[in-house]
Amino acid sequence: MSEARLEATEDRGIDVFGFVARFAPTLFLIVLMLIFAIMQPRFLSQINLFNVMRQVSITGLLAVGMTFVILTAGIDLSVGSLVAFAGLVAAAVAKGGLENRFTVGEGGVGYGWFAAAMAAIAVGLACGWLQGLAITRLKVPPFVVTLGGMSAFRGAALLFAAGGPISGFQPSFTWWGQGKIGPVPVPVIIFLLAAFIAHIVLRYMRYGRQVYAVGGNPEAARLSGLNVNRIIMSVYLIMGFFAGLTAFVLAARLNSAEAVAGTGYELTVIA
Amino acid sequence: MAHAPAALSSAPAKSVGSVLKMTGVSKRFPGVRALENVHLEVRPSEIHALLGENGAGKSTLLKILSGAQSADAGEIELFGKPVAFATPHDAQRAGIVTIYQEFTLAPDMTIAENVFIGREPGSRLFVSWGRMAQETKAIAERIGLKRDPMTQVRDLSVAEQQLVEIARALSMQSRLIIMDEPTAALSETEVANLARIVRALKAEGLSIIFVTHRLDEVFRLCDRYTVLRDGHYVASGEVAETNVEAIIRMMVGRDVGALYGERPIPEHGEVALEVEGLTRRRNARDPNAIELVDVSLKAHHGEILGLAGLVGAGRTETARAIFGADAFDHGTIRVEGKAVRFLSPRDAMSHGIGLVPEDRKKQALFLSLAIRTNMTIAAQDEVSRGWFIDESKEDVLIDEFRKLLSIRMASPEQAAGQLSGGNQQKIVLARWLALRPKILIVDEPTRGIDIGSKVEVHNLLINMAKQGIAVIVISSELPEILAISDRIVTMREGRVTGEIARTAATQEILMAMMTAHESGAASAAA
Repeated sequence: MSEARLEATEDRGIDVFGFVARFAPTLFLIVLMLIFAIMQPRFLSQINLFNVMRQVSITGLLAVGMTFVILTAGIDLSVGSLVAFAGLVAAAVAKGGLENRFTVGEGGVGYGWFAAAMAAIAVGLACGWLQGLAITRLKVPPFVVTLGGMSAFRGAALLFAAGGPISGFQPSFTWWGQGKIGPVPVPVIIFLLAAFIAHIVLRYMRYGRQVYAVGGNPEAARLSGLNVNRIIMSVYLIMGFFAGLTAFVLAARLNSAEAVAGTGYELTVIA
Repeated sequence: MAHAPAALSSAPAKSVGSVLKMTGVSKRFPGVRALENVHLEVRPSEIHALLGENGAGKSTLLKILSGAQSADAGEIELFGKPVAFATPHDAQRAGIVTIYQEFTLAPDMTIAENVFIGREPGSRLFVSWGRMAQETKAIAERIGLKRDPMTQVRDLSVAEQQLVEIARALSMQSRLIIMDEPTAALSETEVANLARIVRALKAEGLSIIFVTHRLDEVFRLCDRYTVLRDGHYVASGEVAETNVEAIIRMMVGRDVGALYGERPIPEHGEVALEVEGLTRRRNARDPNAIELVDVSLKAHHGEILGLAGLVGAGRTETARAIFGADAFDHGTIRVEGKAVRFLSPRDAMSHGIGLVPEDRKKQALFLSLAIRTNMTIAAQDEVSRGWFIDESKEDVLIDEFRKLLSIRMASPEQAAGQLSGGNQQKIVLARWLALRPKILIVDEPTRGIDIGSKVEVHNLLINMAKQGIAVIVISSELPEILAISDRIVTMREGRVTGEIARTAATQEILMAMMTAHESGAASAAA
């Protein structure tokens, strides 16, 4: 069959144009880095590179969660707002209540970093669950649900903090955003770990295949025996988890949580 | 464009020579010869069947004719003058219009806008809606499209949308209309209607190139044929001077012996599936659903049960209800004697039931994903270790089915969308066979796939029955039902109208049962 022949010969030979087209973004990045390095030799210094990576790791963490959502042909526009909301909750827990919001560096009042992180993640999961419920049960498109979530969570954040920031955490809290292990900033390690786990899940686990299948063709996935609603719900939970984790790391890095944190993140993350 | 009808009626319909003559046309893609020295001649007022299996080069030929691609070698003459089309627009201006299987209409625009898209009548700045509507109406009436020209295309049926495409071709004063599988998505009545229109166009002096997989249409409708195989020209001639077997031999290049040969009805085993009084009413959430009324049937291990009926008879709906894909109101389903009620396809699968759905691309395949995922998504238990996929186990399984079904693929990582229709269908069958089902329902298993693959799929189904699987085949093609079923149940308007053994059935008897009104009268024939 001519078709079979066509299929078999497609990958042969060195296709320079094809190579450039496929890796265009990476090549462009390398060129850009070379230009920067030539213009300002300090660009390639260890400190600068880790600084850049630390900045990237905040959006990177969210992007890991967003990958799951986008693979199911969904979208989550609420992540920026959710980061602000969950961050404020984490901050309030760390400070032991809203009354202490401005007390700087005082120890012993709050509940510690672990409780704060758990609170942020719990908020993220709860909000993800609510949105997942609207998408799977009420059959509202993800774009609409999470656009609503974007306003709702931002509103919740503003109400919660009464507009003002909460700042000044214990060193054990801020270590998660500002600390280093060796020369590597902690957020970078968290991000790389998350990306690695996500890669394993998507590439090698049954669940990963199912996520791709639901995104590829939901009806075919259902007729192949997959529980489509459960998988869609799960990706919004994953997104919620990462929003909560990011909120915690961001608050730790800035030593502050405020209601306008994470504004515009939804688009940066998707890009 | 008001002069379009006039131009057609004054066409030099009986002039000698040919409308289109392609000689020695070749086209190469890197590493493959898609077309090699192909000839095609279309005469005035002729319906010309262009035949060949998937991959024979029909699509490439059509693309060259419509200006989407250019030939590497060869000559194309239109009304005796050599032509070369650089763009689809060139081809259209020269009078060749191609109507593809997937329509190119804008669903939110009106019929009139679609017919005159890019060529709206009126002044330089303004569109004359009145003239556009009036001219659309004139053309629409000629081809029996009884719709207000201001209707949105979205609201039309598939058959009506096709008429809009034809109307557009006519408005361009086209002399040669190429139709790529125009009947693939139509019901029997719609096909008959299309055939009438095509004949009328022929009587007006137009020529039509008709690409189809359904050979009965060729013999009902076409005057001459051209057969391609593996990119080569095989033969052309008068349809009246040949027969189905000869055409199949030309297309496949060998005798397809067992195509519709004799086969004794095998001994079958115990009842595998029993459906009793399956009823499904329309409700507010689903007002257009096809109702099922008191559907009862039995399928045995080792038997192929054919479900015959016209489009909308409720066959697909019965299958989906059994499989747990759709809810139903009442009725009992028993699997090997045990009453079951499935709430989802997953439940049905855990009882050993598989369903190969009607629409391969929409309901079965993940076109952008790898063959790997497509083949094993339903049988992940077979290829996993805990939560992880074991790719070496998976490779063994893929290899087993690649050989068993002779699937032609480059590698398991290839996207399913790149395969031909026949190979895609085999992937879907492999997905269900990997589950080792006890009962397998296949809905239109060979729709839109070429004859070679069709025979392979038929043999596969027969072999599965031999291994003790209860196979239920739903098909709109009576020859297919008659070729592979052991027993046939007919349905009409959501009701079972009769049952008959294959050896006692003919197309005429089945047709009568499928259109019968009282189930009592027809079951007497069983």
